[in-house]
Amino acid sequence: MLESGKYADLVLLSYTVSLLLLFALVAVSLWQSVRNRKKLEDIEKRIKRHD
Amino acid sequence: MNSLWQYANPRKFNDTADKILPWIAVLSTTCLFTGLTWGAFFTPPAERFQDSVKIIYLHVPSAMMAINAWLMMLAASLIWLVRRHYVSAMAARAAAPVGIVMTLIAMVTGAIWGQPTWGTWWAWDPRLTSFLILFMFYIGYVALWSAIENDDIAADLTSILCLVGSVFAVLSRYAVNFWNQGLHQGASLSLDREKNVADVYYTPLLLCIAGFALVFIALVLLRTRTEIHARRIRSLQLRERGDDNA
Repeated sequence: MLESGKYADLVLLSYTVSLLLLFALVAVSLWQSVRNRKKLEDIEKRIKRHD
Repeated sequence: MNSLWQYANPRKFNDTADKILPWIAVLSTTCLFTGLTWGAFFTPPAERFQDSVKIIYLHVPSAMMAINAWLMMLAASLIWLVRRHYVSAMAARAAAPVGIVMTLIAMVTGAIWGQPTWGTWWAWDPRLTSFLILFMFYIGYVALWSAIENDDIAADLTSILCLVGSVFAVLSRYAVNFWNQGLHQGASLSLDREKNVADVYYTPLLLCIAGFALVFIALVLLRTRTEIHARRIRSLQLRERGDDNA
């Protein structure tokens, strides 16, 4: 089991760091995606109004 | 038959990405969750590594993806240089931050695993050193994209940087075989049964590798779509500024 071995703290540390890095990357990628999509929609709406 | 080149059309690329992204996201989460849970809780300690062997489920897949991400960027860069499809340049740009995180995970988990195994967090071993150089290439690649305002010039220069960096991506993969020295062991997966990882660790490791590969694909699709939108935003903003000046 993860919590019972001699090196459990090191194993836990590697799982924590790796999953945090992965989650952070996913979160930043999703945030950038939503932000850019919204920004593009706003600009396209503005240009349509101008035309 | 539909050609692969149809995805050079940004609209077609985005439509396809929208359709397949949720499926890949679900599949990658399932593979990762199953592989990591299986590996962490239901595999025995190894004779040599004891329970630190459980780090293999993060270290090996992330190291594989760190190298493969650069090779994917190489393929996309070559397509840009030869055929000038900007979606491929955007895909290469989108993959770089994912590659950075994969390299970082591989180096951090490697250091953590190295402590109990070798008695040190770091050594100037051929594989570790070539990975550090690969990491620096990733940082340089992202920095170069950010430093140049013109997308086409940035794509040209980063593609050339990618070609040069590919030497280190290949070195990272084969460093152990080339120099046959240093602390790092050989590949964990091999067709040779003697060299391959023990059966009990094999299936969860394969699941984790599949999980990391699918996470990489999902993130590259998502980030390429974002880069395509960002490029369109930049060109529309330029058009607006042009209209304002006229």
